[in-house]
Amino acid sequence: MTPSELVAQAQPASGPASGVKQIVNDFSIQIATVNGSGSQSANNVLLRSIFRMGVPVSGKNLFPSNIAGLPTWYTIRVSKHGWVARKTDLDVLIAMNAETAQQDVLSLAEGAAVIYDESLKLNDLRPDLIYYPVPFDKLAASTGADAKIRKLVKNMVYVGVAANLLSIDMGWVEKTVRKQFAKKVKAAELNLNAVRAGFDYAASSLTKQDPYVVEPMNATQGKIIIDGNAAAAMGAMFAGVTVVTWYPITPSSSVVEQLIDYMKKYRIEQDGKANFAIVQAEDELAAIGMVLGAGWAGARSMTATSGPGISLMAEFAGLGYYAEIPGVIFDIQRTGPSTGLPTRTSQGDLTFIAGLSHGDTKHVMLIPATVKECFEFGIEAFNIAEQLQTPIFVLSDLDLGMNNWMSEPFEYPEKPITRGKVLDARQLEELGGFGRYKDVDGDGVPYRTLPGTDHSAAAYFTRGSGHNEKAQYTERPDDYENNMLRLARKFETAKTLVPKPVLESKGQQKVGIIAFGTSHFAVIESRDQLQRESQLATDYLRIRAYPFTQEMQDFVSRHERIYVVEQNRDSQMLNLLKIELDPTQTVKLHSVRHFNGLPIDARSITTAIAAQEGAGK
Amino acid sequence: MSTTPVTPKAVKTNRIGLQILDYRGGKTTLCAGCGHNAISERITEAFFEMGIQPERVMKMSGIGCSSKSPAYFMSRSFSFNSVHGRMPSVATGALLANKTMRSIGISGDGDTASIGMGQFIHLLRRNVPMIYIIEDNGVYGLTKGQFSATADIGSKLKTGVVNDLPAIDTCALAIQMGATFIGRSFSGDKKQLSAMLKAAISHRGTVMLDIISPCVTFNDHEGSTKSYKYMQEHEEAVSELGFVPHFEDIAVEYDHNTTVDVRLHDGSHLRLRKLHEDYDPTDKVHAMKMLMEAHDKGEVLTGVFYVDTQKPDFTSLLNMVDEPLATLPQERVRPSREVLTEIMEAHS
Ligand SMILES: Cc1ncc(C[n+]2csc(CCOP(=O)(O)OP(=O)(O)O)c2C)c(N)n1
Ligand code: SF4
Ligand SMILES: [Mg+2]
Repeated sequence: MTPSELVAQAQPASGPASGVKQIVNDFSIQIATVNGSGSQSANNVLLRSIFRMGVPVSGKNLFPSNIAGLPTWYTIRVSKHGWVARKTDLDVLIAMNAETAQQDVLSLAEGAAVIYDESLKLNDLRPDLIYYPVPFDKLAASTGADAKIRKLVKNMVYVGVAANLLSIDMGWVEKTVRKQFAKKVKAAELNLNAVRAGFDYAASSLTKQDPYVVEPMNATQGKIIIDGNAAAAMGAMFAGVTVVTWYPITPSSSVVEQLIDYMKKYRIEQDGKANFAIVQAEDELAAIGMVLGAGWAGARSMTATSGPGISLMAEFAGLGYYAEIPGVIFDIQRTGPSTGLPTRTSQGDLTFIAGLSHGDTKHVMLIPATVKECFEFGIEAFNIAEQLQTPIFVLSDLDLGMNNWMSEPFEYPEKPITRGKVLDARQLEELGGFGRYKDVDGDGVPYRTLPGTDHSAAAYFTRGSGHNEKAQYTERPDDYENNMLRLARKFETAKTLVPKPVLESKGQQKVGIIAFGTSHFAVIESRDQLQRESQLATDYLRIRAYPFTQEMQDFVSRHERIYVVEQNRDSQMLNLLKIELDPTQTVKLHSVRHFNGLPIDARSITTAIAAQEGAGK
Repeated sequence: MSTTPVTPKAVKTNRIGLQILDYRGGKTTLCAGCGHNAISERITEAFFEMGIQPERVMKMSGIGCSSKSPAYFMSRSFSFNSVHGRMPSVATGALLANKTMRSIGISGDGDTASIGMGQFIHLLRRNVPMIYIIEDNGVYGLTKGQFSATADIGSKLKTGVVNDLPAIDTCALAIQMGATFIGRSFSGDKKQLSAMLKAAISHRGTVMLDIISPCVTFNDHEGSTKSYKYMQEHEEAVSELGFVPHFEDIAVEYDHNTTVDVRLHDGSHLRLRKLHEDYDPTDKVHAMKMLMEAHDKGEVLTGVFYVDTQKPDFTSLLNMVDEPLATLPQERVRPSREVLTEIMEAHS
């Protein structure tokens, strides 16, 4: 059957009840299921079908730290405006989990639609909602699927019901299912039968009463949908990473798991040999140790982890800083302290990483906000690491790393790989030797050699203890001080290499917002709300790296009040900013924090800023 | 008046034309008489005699007096003195980046058997191709003489404190964990240690050598089981080591009944003349039994306990390209434009 036949055959049975004003392409759907029930494919089909209709979407998975049995929710936001941050109001519920169904219904916005298994009898809970009971088990059985996989097929039934009620194009649904099961034709057919069963049931037995519909637009053409961890993995691959080490931890595991897939596919040479090594280490201490060993010996090396792993890496991070060894560490932040909420998002590792390890240690952090930046910074981190000869931390988070985001396609890296100041045997011969920690160029970045360099003056002694310009052991006060001052100069040089902040407005207002990472999407939506609802115009600077650059200083000094938006309790970014700003400037900073484990939403920011500004009164 | 002209003494060079001087390190800052210094001497000689280019060697270490010693041998080799107990991971990473390099790691009994136990075991398990030496003195020298986990039960500190926990036998552990060349020696046993080190250089896989190395300052007294005196009285060799390097004629005959010949990876031969009756360095179970029995008898067993020349080392298991990963050019490590397009297509 072709897509068009499907569409022709299965029109929605009835339009919305008269008198209900349609709400087009501006609502959110929540699918409540049980972890491990295989709802992922179904949710993905819904998300991508809407996306392929040209309508902006975002998909967020709210899942427990559990393999099977606990509740999990997937939220799809449909927004003709292109807003992709979490929306607090839920408009359509697909209730598949008996355990949470009541609570799920109680948390809905007024007038929301509830698609549910008829056995759950939810329709008496609230009079202000629209109910669509569906006999899921019966419909799943009607597809002919055997009992073992009926549970999975049931999920596809809700795709069909939702497609019918929300006017999602069945042609796209079919194409999406076929693409998803490209290698399994039988599975594709079975799933499509289930979708049709749901669709047909809705068409014949349900009457559309809620206002929510999807209409085709032209706002997603040429775009992709991808998660930040896949994007970071791609970045690493195109950066030419050669040594990858890791110790599994949510939400960072899928960086390396997806990287393994990519590398196996694209980085095996013609003779079948790998031009990379990927090692699952015994813990994060070993993972970072291997990264530094490999970086020291000249490889582009990386690891990916999350908070608890970062804690373990502290001592080695200091060694990397002090002995000046390149390496890249992806931190996909989750909620701490300690094990915290391991499957919830946060921006809580900022201050810890900025000075990770004892003594006067300072680290460079790159902070992507979009999947495209995960890719781009994933590449640039390796260049900067080698240019500066120091570990570089890339701070993503669970929301960015594990959720689905729309994006422009990534651009091929035109900039060649830069390996930094590495001397070879011929250069050593010309120079007659070198000082490993000597600041020849005045930028604080010394020259190094790689083990194996075939020259009698090539070797040097790498150590985490005190060393002079020639890498010899020293405890002399002046040697120590000079070396530490040079490292501080190097950190100044970092400012010329890291991604600059993005000024997202003209910069002429009194009120400024500073944010970073995934808070970005809520901030841009909030600025729109502040403007429309409170006539409060704002400027917005998005920080993308630490150390900060002059642009940050300028932005603060140009504004009367600055709201620093972040997803942690202790205003970590605000505190880092304070360290660098003049006291006359720090008084301008106000904090807007969100730290309950859920991705930040626009409404929370708008409420907080409007209240402090006394706006709209 | 002498009539014979004075000819300058010819400087001895090795097979690649280098002198012993080319293998020397900085002046030691360890205590005079420290066993670690003698081991540095033996390492210097072994690499010289084997004719290994110093620039092809990476010297790795953790933290401790022992871990400082790479500064005192082979200055022309690349050295990495890392953090306490975590040298194995650094060494592993360096070899992943450049598997064509040789690697020798120097650790202490504290560095290995306490803080570094986790990484140590995983290094052995992976059979990472390197020589891993524990300079074993039963104490933490650098922090002034506390017991380590290799101290024997009942042994006494200078202060009179008695150790009431059993010792960890790092050789037994290495046999169980999968290292492929395992031996114990004594810093004072020049002949045995030299042969063992040269054989170690010829082996590919993890060589784990536990070398008893007395700490003259904190653990060389009466009541210590890691003192020079105790070793002289209790050392019990399982075999006598003979080593024939690959670049020398192997014609020398040996008695097959009394001697085990092991052909090592570079073509050198290790000749082990049995001193223990049923000694068999290819039998793990027997090696363990030997070690356990020696503990009961209060002997310090030395010699090569186990050799396996067949098991693939970690870098081979990873099926990497022949050249070092570290220096592969951009054309090989950055996939093409078409690859990016293909992946983008899959996400559209
Ligand atoms: C994380 C950490 N903890 C503690 C120390 C202090 N420390 C330095 S050396 C050492 C013990 C060294 O003992 P061993 O490895 O046996 O070496 P030895 O000095 O005996 O040769 C300790 C505990 C350290 N450097 N790092
Ligand atoms: S304290 Fe002991 S181990 Fe350290 S150098 Fe002195 S003798 Fe050697
Ligand atoms: Mg010791």
